[in-house]
Amino acid sequence: MTNHACKLLVIGAGPGGYVAAIRAGQLGVDTIIVEAEAPGGTCLNVGCIPSKAFIHAADEFEKAAHFAEGSAIGISAGAPSIDLAKTVAWKDGIVSRLTGGVAMLLKKNKVRHIKGWASFRDGKTVAVKTDGGEETIQAENIVIATGSVPVELPFLPFSDDVISSTGALELTATPKNLAVVGAGYIGLELGIAYAKMGASVAIVEALDRILPLYDRELTRPVEKRLKALGVKTYLGARAQGKAGGGLEIETADGAKETIAADKILVTVGRAPATEGWGLEELSLDMAGKFIRIDNKCRTSMRGVYAIGDVTGEPMLAHRAMAQGEMVAEIIAGHARQWDKVAIPAVCFTDPEIVSAGLSPEEAKAAGYDIVTQSFPFSANGRAMTMEKEDGFVRIVALKDNHLVLGVQAVGGGVAELSAAFALALEMGATLEDVAGTIHAHPTQSEAFQEAALRTLGHALHI
Amino acid sequence: MGEHVIKLPDVGEGVAEAELVEWLVAEGANVREDDVLASVMTDKATVEIPSPVEGKVLWLGPQIGEIVAVGSPIIRLEVDGDGNVKPGEDLAPEPAAEAAPAPASVPAAAEPEKAPAKTPAKTNGAAPAKTLPQAQSIASSASLAGAPRAEGERPTASPAVRKRALDAGVDLRRVHGTGPAGRITHQDLDAYFDGAGGAPARGLAPNTSVTDVPVIGLRRKIAEKMSVAKSRIPHITYVDDVDVTALEDLRKELNATKTDTQAKLTILPFLMRAMVKAIGEQPHLNAIFDDEAGVVHQYGGCHIGIAAQTPNGLMVPVVRHAEARDIWGCAEEVARLSEAARTGAAARDELSGSTITITSLGALGGIVTTPVINHPEVAIIGVNKMQVLPKWDGTEFRPRKIMNLSSSFDHRVVDGWDAAVFVQRIKALLETPAMIFID
Repeated sequence: MTNHACKLLVIGAGPGGYVAAIRAGQLGVDTIIVEAEAPGGTCLNVGCIPSKAFIHAADEFEKAAHFAEGSAIGISAGAPSIDLAKTVAWKDGIVSRLTGGVAMLLKKNKVRHIKGWASFRDGKTVAVKTDGGEETIQAENIVIATGSVPVELPFLPFSDDVISSTGALELTATPKNLAVVGAGYIGLELGIAYAKMGASVAIVEALDRILPLYDRELTRPVEKRLKALGVKTYLGARAQGKAGGGLEIETADGAKETIAADKILVTVGRAPATEGWGLEELSLDMAGKFIRIDNKCRTSMRGVYAIGDVTGEPMLAHRAMAQGEMVAEIIAGHARQWDKVAIPAVCFTDPEIVSAGLSPEEAKAAGYDIVTQSFPFSANGRAMTMEKEDGFVRIVALKDNHLVLGVQAVGGGVAELSAAFALALEMGATLEDVAGTIHAHPTQSEAFQEAALRTLGHALHI
Repeated sequence: MGEHVIKLPDVGEGVAEAELVEWLVAEGANVREDDVLASVMTDKATVEIPSPVEGKVLWLGPQIGEIVAVGSPIIRLEVDGDGNVKPGEDLAPEPAAEAAPAPASVPAAAEPEKAPAKTPAKTNGAAPAKTLPQAQSIASSASLAGAPRAEGERPTASPAVRKRALDAGVDLRRVHGTGPAGRITHQDLDAYFDGAGGAPARGLAPNTSVTDVPVIGLRRKIAEKMSVAKSRIPHITYVDDVDVTALEDLRKELNATKTDTQAKLTILPFLMRAMVKAIGEQPHLNAIFDDEAGVVHQYGGCHIGIAAQTPNGLMVPVVRHAEARDIWGCAEEVARLSEAARTGAAARDELSGSTITITSLGALGGIVTTPVINHPEVAIIGVNKMQVLPKWDGTEFRPRKIMNLSSSFDHRVVDGWDAAVFVQRIKALLETPAMIFID
């Protein structure tokens, strides 16, 4: 049995954990990171990155299929085909490049990387099951970055036909009929991708609308696109279980119906990974299913920190990364605390949705007196040239001093605008600041400036 | 209702512009006829601008510290009747101001009611009439910036500012933000560190504050005059000591026997009379050097400027025709003028026209000074402090009353030799004071 000692032990090498370890290494903190799988966590291995690879492949395929029918822009082509096994192999290549990159960065920053399964003995001691036997680590500080796992429905246990998002990224053939349970962003991103690759997709959602985390105005262009892609949506409907080569549901009016499905994708959310690593040994304060943390990511136990999905919503890689960086600096003795204004959220549906800061409803609910306007991409030259006229940029600001409280957008490729939105919020920009910044022409970003101008009462291009 | 525009009146001969030093009314105020509206300052004096009519102040033109051309509009009043402008008439300056009120000579130092002046905008006579819309827009953006944060609201600051505050252990909620929407800038944080809020209460702390004091009014005039004098005149300064024991005995005697109507004698009247005598032998030291024309104007009359410290700074009232005044006459005039300068009541012509100047720091006079010539004169006599010193009289040391004279001359037109002769002549007269009175 090998014994290790270190100043910082990070459990889990997802985006939160590996960033904490890299930053700690940079600051000269003696650091060990433990991970049972390849570094990169859900994000690099079975989440953000591979799903975006899939979505890109689906977009390209759909474009080719569109050209096969002839197109307004004058391109026509033969009917395309897709070898999904090859797509998956290509995606796996990207994933291994990135996970290899993370492993190299950890090494470069002198972080000791132990492959194995960690579990707490006590607040300072962790046992790790490795291929070579059990090792123990004594650490002054421990960061819990165990992440989250897909939620499984008891009446639809994961199997060959009932798959999670992880399984959906491993299919080697496009299913003929795909039923998606849950119209959150994961289900919609993958559902749309498979619809574009030729699957007949049906989406079942218990609530009365898709993407319930976003407001109606933002989701409307997505609904429109779902219709155009032939995706059937069952809103206010509940999945009941597998039935005769399909999915049995109870529709909004109480009728039973069976949806044909050779694969059922269950995307009803993610739950914090709080089991199997000895949380019970620590008796930490919890916040619901999540570990409770303060504004320095400290848990109720001295020297034990938690970051990322295991600490709550929003379960986003970039939140975990920012927490990881902050915790490393705190452990290195810097004065830091969580003081972010905004955590932008991006939804890679078609069209894409971005939200940073408060929506008009959220701002009003918080008691703010606001002004808000949006600028449509139908009045944006660049959007027209890319055949992406659907959508808009919307800006929300305080009425009295014009401080920007939130920016949202929906439209083709708007994910890249999230940087501008978040920067404006973090810098405390006012409408005048956004309106007074020259935005390059012709770009979609002009819609951001125009939304600010319109809120000020003098948009130029509408 | 009409509008009456008041333009900067002609405040004195040959004056083309004046500096606004004080507003005595605010926008929106009601004024009666003859109420004082503003003070302006010329090279020579401070002049009050009274209101020729009754009305309500609509607009104040120039900023404090701004140089305003004669004839430029400075105030607009709303008045009963037609006023003196048609609606929409351009407010461009006109050559002659109608109904120009007579300039009055007044104290300059009433307490200002308005906020401190901003950096003076040097307009050099450009019409300030077009500043009205600008002033309004500044006001509205200022109210935007000043919106205070509500209780418990998180402070607005960039990530870099937040990090700096955390590093320094400062709660940003305690820092006043001056940026748009109350944003806290790096400068605000600097100000917080400089102010009382940031400095730890223990031990000695460096004070890194910088207070910006606008150089306006008399201080600006002094600065300009000193720059001209020092940059244009190559000074030669000559110092010698004067044994004033005999003079002091005489002065004491004269003060003891003077009538009540006579002013108390200081050493100044004796010095002035000695200078008059010395100038009789060296008239080119009582002169104005017009260096652009290349002419030295030698004056027959001795107009002696007396540099005096006033609450606002240095002023130089002038004793005219000292050659026509006796000791008592000089004493009386010096006393009268110093008082007028100190209270700010000196008239314009009492502060100009000197041909030679005396400067004295009185009891603080020190051993030696290097006086700066009152441009465009060519000589200045500086009086240092009198003290009792041991002097060797050939057989023994005796206590003597010794006073230094530190005198500067324009070396372009006065040779060192002439300067020395002049000072030695004054020294001889003061050491044997009876000679002052013998022609």
